[in-house]
Amino acid sequence: MSAEETTPTVEDISLDGLKKKKKSKTTSEPTTDSTDATGEDDLFGGLKKKKKKKSKDSAKEKTGTEELEDGIEDLGLGPKKKKSTKKKKADSSFDKELEKAGLSSTTAEAESSNTESTIATEVGLSYEDLLERFFTVLKTNNPELAGERSGVRLKIPPPIVAREPKKTIFSNVKDISQKLQRDPEHVIQYLFAELGTSGSIDGKEQLIIKGKFMQKQLEYVLKKYILEYVTCQTCRSINTKLVRENANRLYFMVCNSCGSTRSVSSIKTGFQAAVGRRKRTG
Amino acid sequence: MTSIENLKSFDPFADTGDDDSQPTNYLHIRIQQRNGRKTLTTVQGLPSEYDSKRILKVLKKDFGCNGNVVKDEELGDVIQLQGDQRAKVLEFLTTQLGLKKKTIKVHGF
Ligand SMILES: [Zn+2]
Repeated sequence: MSAEETTPTVEDISLDGLKKKKKSKTTSEPTTDSTDATGEDDLFGGLKKKKKKKSKDSAKEKTGTEELEDGIEDLGLGPKKKKSTKKKKADSSFDKELEKAGLSSTTAEAESSNTESTIATEVGLSYEDLLERFFTVLKTNNPELAGERSGVRLKIPPPIVAREPKKTIFSNVKDISQKLQRDPEHVIQYLFAELGTSGSIDGKEQLIIKGKFMQKQLEYVLKKYILEYVTCQTCRSINTKLVRENANRLYFMVCNSCGSTRSVSSIKTGFQAAVGRRKRTG
Repeated sequence: MTSIENLKSFDPFADTGDDDSQPTNYLHIRIQQRNGRKTLTTVQGLPSEYDSKRILKVLKKDFGCNGNVVKDEELGDVIQLQGDQRAKVLEFLTTQLGLKKKTIKVHGF
């Protein structure tokens, strides 16, 4: 099952490809439609536009594509590949700006009455410009390092719940477990322990829970499960796996994104009061 | 220069003793549903120096609910209270008995 679930990596790669294509497009576009000037100026203008476009692109992707996968991709293979290309781009852009500063400081003065920019062109780049560029690069590559909230990426479908007089049917346990890359049995064990009840799985792979529970309540318990057994405490990624150490029979959570490992407590039902029957026989 | 020798007295890799992975004896507060909309709160793992019967008496009076103590072979004395008293129990344990919140786990939905 888990082997099938690891398909996101394939999607990751295709996503990565898409991103690169978009980038290359943006690099070529501005050079053609920017205003007539010297070649250097042209390229520089293109670069400026590219920056804006990039951030737009990333915003679009965030909303458009599946955020979960985006997140995993961002944390996983993505950054390494992108960083190398980015470095090159940053280097070349810096070279061009230097060229520009040397070549066309007079045109820049004529164009903009802004004194700050003239200083920037004379000295090279101002601290603010450099800082801004650093953050645009960081935001496009690693949003959470730039202080962006990473919580939004956690797109897990809500539990689908139907309530009957004495039981609750939780129909998409399997789907949710797979999204979390966890064994449904483990998730169910936790649910039963937290809800202080028991249940079974029916023919349609739905979980039948004894007792009445609202969707909100199950969602809350699932959130607790994710925090305890899925989220990496180091990098907050949910791309993790549970490994059982044979030597001490303890469960460890290994993060697929940053590689950190932590031990997780085993699920204990603990004390369960005898409920339902008024009196136990015997 | 010799004062630098002092640095050696501290081994950064030595066991500090407050390792989180060590199984601490948690106090568990749980909730269970019983017939219909009624619920039951259980308190498991009360430190042995406390008299669970006396605590039950106080809790029953304070919360205005019924309850009892169940003696479990493995888990020791377990206090059962009618209704969802989890928040109140947690507050009682931390403020009245001075138990650390870190050692208490509140379960449920
Ligand atoms: Zn991690």
